Amino acid sequence: MIPAAFEYYRPTDMDGVLAILAEHGDDARVLAGGHSLIPMMKLRMAEVPHLIDLQDVGGLKGITVEGGTIRLGAMTTQTEIIGSDTLTAAAPILREASLQIADPQVRYMGTIGGNVANGDPGNDMPGLMQCLDATFHLIGPDGTRYVAARDFYEAAYMTDREDDEVLTAVSFDQPVGGYAYEKQKRKIGDYATAAAAVQIVKEGGKCTSASIAMTNLSDTPIYSQEAGAALVGTVVDDAAMDAAVAAMLGDIDPTEDNRGPIEFKRHVASLILRRAIARAWSRA
Amino acid sequence: MKDDITREDRVDALGGMGCKRKRVEDARFTQGKGNYVDDIKLPGMLFGDFVRSPYAHARITSINKEAALAIDGVVAVLTAEDLAPLGLHWMPTLAGDKQMVLADGKVLFQGQEVAFIVAKDRYVAADAVEMLDVQYEELPVITDPYEALQSDVVLREDLDTNVPGAHGPRKHHNHIFTWEVGDEPATNQVMDDAEVVAEESMYYHRTHPCPLETCGSVASMDKINGKLTLWGTFQAPHVVRTVASMLSGIEEHNIRVVSPDIGGGFGNKVGVYPGYICSIVASIVTGKPVKWVEDRMENLMSTAFARDYWMKGKISATKDGKITGLHCHVTADHGAFDACADPTKFPAGFMNICTGSYDIPVAYLGVDGVYTNKAPGGVSYRCSFRVTEAVYFIERMIEVLAIKLNMDSAELRRINFIRKDQFPYKAALGWEYDSGDYHTAWDKALKAVDYDGLRAEQAQRVEDFKAGKTRKLMGVGLSFFTEIVGAGPVKNCDILGMGMFDSCEIRIHPTGSAIARLGTISQGQGHATTFAQILATEIGLPADSITIEEGDTDTAPYGLGTYGSRSTPVAGAATALAGRKIRAKAQMIAAYLLEVHDSDVEFDVDRFTVKGAPEKFKTMKEIAYAAYNQAIPGLEPGLEAVSYYDPPNMTYPFGAYVCVMDVDVDTGVTDIRRFYALDDCGTRINPMIIDGQIHGGLTEALAVALGQEIAYDKQGNVKTGTLMDFFLPTAWEVPNYETDFTVTPSPHHPIGAKGVGESPHVGGVPCFSNAVNDAFRAFGLTHTNMPHDHWRIWKTANALGLHD
Repeated sequence: MIPAAFEYYRPTDMDGVLAILAEHGDDARVLAGGHSLIPMMKLRMAEVPHLIDLQDVGGLKGITVEGGTIRLGAMTTQTEIIGSDTLTAAAPILREASLQIADPQVRYMGTIGGNVANGDPGNDMPGLMQCLDATFHLIGPDGTRYVAARDFYEAAYMTDREDDEVLTAVSFDQPVGGYAYEKQKRKIGDYATAAAAVQIVKEGGKCTSASIAMTNLSDTPIYSQEAGAALVGTVVDDAAMDAAVAAMLGDIDPTEDNRGPIEFKRHVASLILRRAIARAWSRA
Repeated sequence: MKDDITREDRVDALGGMGCKRKRVEDARFTQGKGNYVDDIKLPGMLFGDFVRSPYAHARITSINKEAALAIDGVVAVLTAEDLAPLGLHWMPTLAGDKQMVLADGKVLFQGQEVAFIVAKDRYVAADAVEMLDVQYEELPVITDPYEALQSDVVLREDLDTNVPGAHGPRKHHNHIFTWEVGDEPATNQVMDDAEVVAEESMYYHRTHPCPLETCGSVASMDKINGKLTLWGTFQAPHVVRTVASMLSGIEEHNIRVVSPDIGGGFGNKVGVYPGYICSIVASIVTGKPVKWVEDRMENLMSTAFARDYWMKGKISATKDGKITGLHCHVTADHGAFDACADPTKFPAGFMNICTGSYDIPVAYLGVDGVYTNKAPGGVSYRCSFRVTEAVYFIERMIEVLAIKLNMDSAELRRINFIRKDQFPYKAALGWEYDSGDYHTAWDKALKAVDYDGLRAEQAQRVEDFKAGKTRKLMGVGLSFFTEIVGAGPVKNCDILGMGMFDSCEIRIHPTGSAIARLGTISQGQGHATTFAQILATEIGLPADSITIEEGDTDTAPYGLGTYGSRSTPVAGAATALAGRKIRAKAQMIAAYLLEVHDSDVEFDVDRFTVKGAPEKFKTMKEIAYAAYNQAIPGLEPGLEAVSYYDPPNMTYPFGAYVCVMDVDVDTGVTDIRRFYALDDCGTRINPMIIDGQIHGGLTEALAVALGQEIAYDKQGNVKTGTLMDFFLPTAWEVPNYETDFTVTPSPHHPIGAKGVGESPHVGGVPCFSNAVNDAFRAFGLTHTNMPHDHWRIWKTANALGLHD
């Protein structure tokens, strides 16, 4: 649990960050809250000769809700998300999900940017961002580009972000309708055995749109388009729920670990999704 | 000053036994001012770190030190070859086996110590660990004890199967010992003749004590005066000094062992680990102080585990439920070396307390110890030696028998309890229970939880479940336990030949304050608080004026340390008796000062008074001063006493626990709605500390029952090597505990105290487990193994057809 030697940088602006990244390529990594990267360094699973701390870089924090768009600066912590009345009014699923991340000590440090950028399949925010169809803002030597959360994840810890890029913000349209973030875990601080993020729009008693994403059931978050589609046009009855669950089960690919065998995980995924849909529907 | 001070005021002013004195330790612990091993920093200190085996069973074909030694700041790399000339590449275990300090030709478990890197700091040491080139040739791995007893693969090539081990003949090259207690033919006969026999096999999984502070040591060899000082995480510092002397050849007076503040032990810090030995050798070799502190993963992978008992039970009874006999066989997985921490004559600890709280006329226990490719250990995790296993076994067997008899298990317990008038009670497997009043405790507990109401609610829940109204079942977990603590009488209890007495030495200062030193060592139990309370009552000086010191072998009297709830039963008794010696001398001083005969004064709270004339008195404070400033004919100056206490018997705390739990059959999630714990630990010294101990022990019981395990895959890889997977409950997972008590003093203990720190763990584990099992009883379940984590509960529900 002792990391290898590394150089520590604490630049005060993004140009400074990008310059270090340009110089050292994949030998450099940026540090946000540190709750994923530092344990990996201690376990020597991540060797980071050049560590760039983002905490003094201006402009990376903050929550704005403007013109139907919500933007979260990468260094916004989970505690700040939980405490923001504006955000909770605009997108209550963020608070519901954040309260299910670890414990207050972790949430004081853990950030939205770190949570989504690291590519850890156990993290909750990537699936949630896919459910909300969020856009990730990546700044690099050639300026800023925008990547859909649904296109960002390639494999465990592998994402579309280039080594010389920094994720600066996430943004998404203010969600409408009912919502739910449902998670089963063994204990506080554990990754999900299964988790589901659901947003549902109800008009005239029927579902007009639904978005569903699952967490820790594959080596990336799983946005299940077909699961959402299975609900559209229905009154979200048992048959629709069955169809959505069946579609979701077709998209996930869990592996066995101490949380249980594959069969159990698929069972819990079904159950969690049913509960999430039911709760979201009741709020729609 | 008011002059109407009552006797009650004087009692209160002492802060003696029975009061909720605040813990004097907490000021430093809660403000980050504790002094733990890793806080010790000495000039020029080096740091040691282990290269550990990635394999569970492999031959070492070569070790090349070159690359590691080439790193700037690396001072030495020690291997078995380097320790062999000193005879320190192997060390004796507490269980009469021997254990490699550093891998001698082969490795036997994942995480085994292969080489010890000594460097200028822990970062350089960790870098060098990565660079040491060790070549291995993998060997077949055995992680199952039953397979081990059939396998041709020899794990311990250093042993000759034909030569008996420390506990008698060995049946197979992977067999360690057979230990038998009781009368097997008679037990079998009772089973054959019985109206009802219930049988069950159960696995008590391997787990780990996981103290918050991991293990470590700092060794400093002063070559000028030949003195070795060793600071470490030792639950038994005096025994460590003796072992260190025997192993190193350094005379015992030249070794000073110090246990500073210890951040929890729970049995994990009883044994002697390779890190301690290596830090000593490295300090001798380099002439500099050497620190070794393991990390969390090393602690979980390589230091002493607990449990890992495969138990087969048979219990016989009349059709009315009167138990007639008990048969128990254990296949005990000890891992690669037999490093159990038990009194020498008890290779399975006090597992023979497995007849529990019941009057069982005939019983038999057989235990076979087995080697496997797993970490060594087998310590008593927050319990006296193997008592959690014993109590889990009998409390599950009672439930299994109740199912067979179609009886309520609370009633089954009641009709089989040892009656109050049967104490002292000689159990079929040898122990003599000192005192108990089980029926009173049981009735109080069942009444407190409205037991009949719970059963009615549960029956309704079953109906609702069958009607599709709910997916949650309700379990009512019961347990009634009897602990056996306070090891122990020197006639049958020793560790490495040292009798398991304990000690206290008291020195009263002229101004009426005092210091007392004991052979025990607190690891969070609050000894500095409670032992001062015992003394306050015994010698009449305020607890706040008494310093308690433990853990430094240069100053404290010899004792066997703190584990197995032995501090209060043994050292607590020594404290009371040493206090009484002080009082005896004080009586003579008082009589002299009051100009009366010794027998004409009597002790009264904080003073000696003249009999019949209470206005004539000398306070203990005045007496203390007189002991130092007056020439008293026939008396030496000063006021000191020492007592070494050899307990005549163990003490037998007991308790009644009830857990009410909801079980979601779909997710396997459990929700503890209520937990009631009645403990009888005899005389209660500090009710607040007792409550704290019970909360802690129950939380560790919850952990073990609901998910805490050390699991291995088939290749012997540890699957639970970090706190992500090893379940350490937080406040969130812990229910609100209701505590209660009865008081049945120990008849043979000077103050009647029995010990309490481990009772809640011993009684708690079966209580939580019984709740889970009980939830499924209406659907045909007889027994399901711990740990009851989500997927295993789901699997149980699935097998019972509850998902169909």
